[in-house]
Amino acid sequence: MDYFLELFLGGLTRGSIYALIALGYTMVYGIIELINFAHGEIYMIGAFTALIVAGVLTFWGFNHIAILLLASIIAVIYSAAYGFTVEKVAYKPLRHAPRLSPLISAIGMSIFLQNYVLLAQTSDFLPFPSLIPDFKFLEPYSHMIRPPELVILLTTAVSMLLLTLLIRFTRIGKAMRATAQDRNMAMLVGINVDRIISITFIIGSSLAAIGGILIASHIGMINFYIGFIAGIKAFTAAVLGGIGSIPGAVLGGLVLGWTESFATGYVSSDYEDVFAFALLVLILIFRPAGILGRSTIQKV
Amino acid sequence: MIKLEELKKSFLVSVWFMFLTFPIMVIRVNPIEKVVEWRWKNILIVGAGSFFFSFLWRYLLLRRETGRKKMEAGEIEKTPLSRRILTEPKMYIPALLCIAVFASVFPFVFSIYQINIMVTALIYVVLGLGLNIVVGLAGLLDLGYVAFYAVGAYSYGLLNYHFNLGFWAVLPIGALLGVVFGILLGFPVLRLRGDYLAIVTLGFGEIIRLILENWNEFSFGPSGIANIPRPSFFGHQFSLHAATVYIYFLMIALTLLTIFVVNRLQNSRIGRAWIALREDEVACQAMGIDKTKTKLTAFALGATWAGMIGVIFAAKTTFINPASFTFLESAMILSIVVMGGMGSIIGVIIGALVLILLPEYLRAFSDYRMLLFGAILVIMMVFRPQGLISNVRRTYKFEGR
Repeated sequence: MDYFLELFLGGLTRGSIYALIALGYTMVYGIIELINFAHGEIYMIGAFTALIVAGVLTFWGFNHIAILLLASIIAVIYSAAYGFTVEKVAYKPLRHAPRLSPLISAIGMSIFLQNYVLLAQTSDFLPFPSLIPDFKFLEPYSHMIRPPELVILLTTAVSMLLLTLLIRFTRIGKAMRATAQDRNMAMLVGINVDRIISITFIIGSSLAAIGGILIASHIGMINFYIGFIAGIKAFTAAVLGGIGSIPGAVLGGLVLGWTESFATGYVSSDYEDVFAFALLVLILIFRPAGILGRSTIQKV
Repeated sequence: MIKLEELKKSFLVSVWFMFLTFPIMVIRVNPIEKVVEWRWKNILIVGAGSFFFSFLWRYLLLRRETGRKKMEAGEIEKTPLSRRILTEPKMYIPALLCIAVFASVFPFVFSIYQINIMVTALIYVVLGLGLNIVVGLAGLLDLGYVAFYAVGAYSYGLLNYHFNLGFWAVLPIGALLGVVFGILLGFPVLRLRGDYLAIVTLGFGEIIRLILENWNEFSFGPSGIANIPRPSFFGHQFSLHAATVYIYFLMIALTLLTIFVVNRLQNSRIGRAWIALREDEVACQAMGIDKTKTKLTAFALGATWAGMIGVIFAAKTTFINPASFTFLESAMILSIVVMGGMGSIIGVIIGALVLILLPEYLRAFSDYRMLLFGAILVIMMVFRPQGLISNVRRTYKFEGR
């Protein structure tokens, strides 16, 4: 039973990270119907920025809390800036192009960003500083949940809540929903669609950066390639839940996290990534609209 | 005269990029030795580079817009030189002759190193042409194309290891296995639209690679298979140099065959069905085209070439391991197709030669190769989605009396 609980919590942590990244995919897809392949790279850049900032601040002798806060904030700002720029450079000029074009452009952006970090930094795995402090009250439960995992769960929950509130109740959220429904109509009622798209990219990228920092301090290692696999898995999560739906992304993330956790725990750990991909293929064959998604009828 | 406003715009862009690239380009932290390295020179390069590129970017965007407006206004462009070379016999026959002479003399003039590079380039030409069937003609974005390549390579490696089968026996088997896997992948993804298809094929490619990497009993894991024999000629084994020349001519023959087949396919009933499917799925079905069959043939035929080339690749390098079949390989083949021009045979050939040979000969660039490929995908899509040499659309002209 303990082993089961351990796997369950492991899956929950993993799943919440996937969910955080999946939200970026889902939001972008909901608004411009594009799979933002570069999203995983934004997450990787977030983790790298945090590592660099933390390294510099440690060198300058800042204290632990200040490093944690500053590194996170700067990483989120930079990721958001990257997300914004990627949209302006690679997607905006292609807004009216055939569907295949922005997709290929997105793949190109993803490869470009990976190699940019590879060339400017290093191809080796770098140890990520343990930014999250030890909590005394968690010690009796340390075999099941460690501080980073608790922080991951809490941060994810808070981020989701804030995002849901933003989309439900604010003016920007309303404009985002309108743009997702019908871009031309939204334009007609006076919504600055370009700005809404930029904001969507900024929010999605910030969430990815948060995910990046959390998982990096959980695993303790990063390199330039982490974004690729994480990106595909988060995309799987988004599709699993129903792409375009925010609760769907969360649900999909958790389902994927548990699947992986239990499959590696009970079956074999060599094929961890194979399970994720197999799940993706299966879901797309049997329920392409996802768990919470509604299948749309294509109009001619 | 450049306007002040333009200067200001470019200046802002360069400041933005300097800000953006600051942590990653300038600072390098070494967490083990606890040293921070500041590389201030880089930020100047980024600033100057982005200042210059923002001018170029705006100029190209402007040109794209005016080009589109001209098209809409119905102004006829004069046929470009590249098109004239391709269509007028007076120009393309001497060009073809030159290429033929060059190709047949090449292995006797240049060193074995050069021949090997050329063989690699030809391998990518055929891979590009194969992927061109799937992506360029049928419009199905396949990001797991390298999986079929891996299937071909491993089928030679394993069949040779276990059953001692020779190159010529495995070549058709590799092609056949390619077809089988193509259909295997094709079936589940038939119902999916463009972007889902892309991600599933990507997942499929990764699954194949991960299985090859982890299933030690079957594929010898990450260490791969070594000592794969080079192709023989009616039982005769060549020396290293002769074998390289032999593979070179084999590749030339295969390239010609591929060009011939793809060209015939393009103008066949099934080829037109692919193009129709690419342009509009619903309209295509309304015209009575069997969507399932058409998509499956595209996958299967595309995979055939990859399977076959996989066998040759294994025979050429005599060593294969899963690291040769990563997603980046798929991305590279895709860049070739996109850069050359989707659906255009000559374009894909030129794309492959440029993208493979250039980094080989410009060693300074070889580190930046993948960076360049990524940038090419973006830039081509933004400014020239039809590729270097665009495919000629089939049109019928009605001449007045």
